[in-house]
Amino acid sequence: MRRQFIKSAVAFGLAAVVAGVGIAGSAQAAGQSLLNVSYDPTREHYQQINAGFAKKWAAQGSGAVAIRQSHGGSGKQSRSVIDGLPADVVTLALAYDIDVIASKAKLLPANWQARLPNNSAPYYSTIVFLVRKGNPKAIHDWDDLAKPGVKVITPNPKTSGGARWNYLAAYGYGLRKYGSAAGARDYLVKLFRNVPVLDSGARGSTTTFVQRGQGDVLIAWENEAHLAVNQLGKGQFEIVAPSVSILAEPPVALVDKNVDRNGTRKLATAYLNYLYTPEAQEIIARNYYRPRNPEVAAKYAGKFPKLPLFTIDKNFGGWAKAQAIHFNNGGLFDQVFEDAKR
Amino acid sequence: MSSRKHPLDPPALVKWGLVLVALVYIGIVVMLPLASVFSEAFAQGWDLWWLAIDDPDALAAIRLTLLVAVVAVPLNCVFGVAASWAVAKHDFAGKAFLISLIDLPFSISPVVSGMVYVLLFGAQGWIGPWLQEHDIQIIYALPGIILATIFVTFPFVARELIPLMQAQGRDEEEAALSLGASGFQTFRKVTLPNIRWGLLYGVLLCNARAMGEFGAVSVVSGHIRGETNTMPLHIELLYNDYNLSAAFAVASLLAGLALVTLALKTILEWRHGDALAARGH
Repeated sequence: MRRQFIKSAVAFGLAAVVAGVGIAGSAQAAGQSLLNVSYDPTREHYQQINAGFAKKWAAQGSGAVAIRQSHGGSGKQSRSVIDGLPADVVTLALAYDIDVIASKAKLLPANWQARLPNNSAPYYSTIVFLVRKGNPKAIHDWDDLAKPGVKVITPNPKTSGGARWNYLAAYGYGLRKYGSAAGARDYLVKLFRNVPVLDSGARGSTTTFVQRGQGDVLIAWENEAHLAVNQLGKGQFEIVAPSVSILAEPPVALVDKNVDRNGTRKLATAYLNYLYTPEAQEIIARNYYRPRNPEVAAKYAGKFPKLPLFTIDKNFGGWAKAQAIHFNNGGLFDQVFEDAKR
Repeated sequence: MSSRKHPLDPPALVKWGLVLVALVYIGIVVMLPLASVFSEAFAQGWDLWWLAIDDPDALAAIRLTLLVAVVAVPLNCVFGVAASWAVAKHDFAGKAFLISLIDLPFSISPVVSGMVYVLLFGAQGWIGPWLQEHDIQIIYALPGIILATIFVTFPFVARELIPLMQAQGRDEEEAALSLGASGFQTFRKVTLPNIRWGLLYGVLLCNARAMGEFGAVSVVSGHIRGETNTMPLHIELLYNDYNLSAAFAVASLLAGLALVTLALKTILEWRHGDALAARGH
C-alpha cells in the first residue's frame, strides 16, 4: 500500500514532465505564423481580415499561414509589447501607443508612421454616441453628456485608446463651445462626474452598456456602436452622431526587431500591405470602419455620416503633446477626474 | 450519548435559526451563481455546448490549463513536502521567517504576483535583456504562465501538511533513526505514509486553484488566442466577444473540473476521516 502510493506519485510526476515537454515541443513545430497584437474592438474585424489574407497567401503558393491574435486596451497592449510580447505586427488604436514602443523598447524606428500610406492607418473612424432605444434622455450632442442625471459610459483613458479619442473629442468640443481651456476643463469635470465606471478597454465599456444595462449613453468607436446596433441588441439601441467629433486614425506597424528575430518580415509586410487592397478595404467597410480606398469609400458612403472632425495634429498639436498635457500622470485627465470625484 | 440537553447547547430556536441563515447564505452566495452557470451553459442545448468546447481555441485553452496544472501541482507537491518536513521535524534559525514566506502568496494580490514576473523577466526587466539575447521567452509564453501559477498555488500543500506533521511529532522518525534507518528511508517509510492523505488533500486544493487562477496568469499571458489563454482567460475573452453561450459552456466545464476535485476531496474525507482529523484543526 505504502509502496504503491510512492510509486504512483513518482509515475505521476514523470508523466507530467513528459507531457509538458511533449506539448511544448509540438507548439514550436507549428508552420508559419504571425502574431498581431491589436486593440479591443477589432476582434471580429481581424478574424475576417486574417481569413482573407490566409486565403490569398496560400493562393500565391506561399503556403499555409496562421495569424494569431491578442486583443486588449490599446495602452495595455503597447505595454505588453514593450515588456516582450513577441508581436510581429501591432495594430493599435492610436499612434502614440506605437510611438512608445519605438521610444521605450526601440523595437521599430521612430519614423514608423511614414512607412505606409495614410499615416500608416489603413482605415479611420470617429467617435459617436450609443443611446437606448427612443433616446429617453434626449442626448443629441456633447453638452447633453454633462447634464445632471445622465449616466455616461466610457473606458479609462489611461489604458484604452478609444477612451483617449473620446476624451479629446469632448475636450475639443468644450474648447470650441466655451472658448477657453478653463471652460473646457469645467465641461470635462461635469462630464466625468456622470461616469459611474471606467472599464480598462473599449470592449469592456460596450459590455457594461449593452449587456449589463448600465448607463444612458456610451461614448464609442463608430464601428463598435454599429456592432452593438446590428448584432448585439437589434432594435434596442440608436446611434447619435454629435455636431462635431474627432478623426481617429488607428495605425498599423511592423515590429522590426521581432520580425527579424522570428524570420517573418516578408509575411508581416505582405499582411500589412494586404490591409490596403480593395478586398481588405471591403472587409474594413463592412465592419463599419471608414475605408481609405476611394472606390470602396464611395460605395459605402451612405453608411457613414459626414461630420466635421477635429484632428490630433491640427487641434491638439500631435500625440506627444496631447499625451503630455492630458494623459501623463498628474495631467489634465487626472486633475479632471479628481475634481469630478468631489 | 445521552439525549439530555448539553448545558453548552444553544436554545433550539437559535440553533435552527443559525443553520437556516447559513443555508440561505450559501444558497445565495454559492449555489445560485453555480446553478446559473450550468443553466446558461446548457440553455441552448447540448449541441451548442459541444460546439463551444470543440472550438480549436477552447481546446487549446483546456490543454494549456491541464498542462499548467500537471507541471505546477507536482512541483508544489515536492516543495510543500520538503518545506513542511523541514518546518515540522527540525529546528533551525529563521523558521518563523520561512513560514511567513510560505504564506506570502496568500497575502499578496495575484495581480502583483504576475507583475513581479514581468518586472523580472519582461524585456525591460532585470534579466529580460539577457533572456532576449538567448532567445528565451518566459513571460507571454508557457513558462511564465507556469511560474505565475506555481507562485500563487505554492502554499496549499505546505499549509495542509505543516499542522499535520507538527501534531504527529517526531517520535516515530526518531525511533526509526535510532534503529539504523537512513534519513531517506525514514522519510519514505515513516513520514510519507503518515502524511499521505493530508498530502492528497493539499494536492487537490492546489490543483483546483492552479486550474482556476485568473489574476496572475492574466498579467503574464499576453492573451494570444489559442496559445496563451488558459480556461479562465478564455472565458473572459468569449464573454467580451459577446459570445455568452460559449463563455458559459467553457465556464461550466471549468466548474465541472472543480466539482470533480471537490467530490474527490469529499470521498477522501469520508473514507479517511480519522487520518484527516489528525491535521489538528
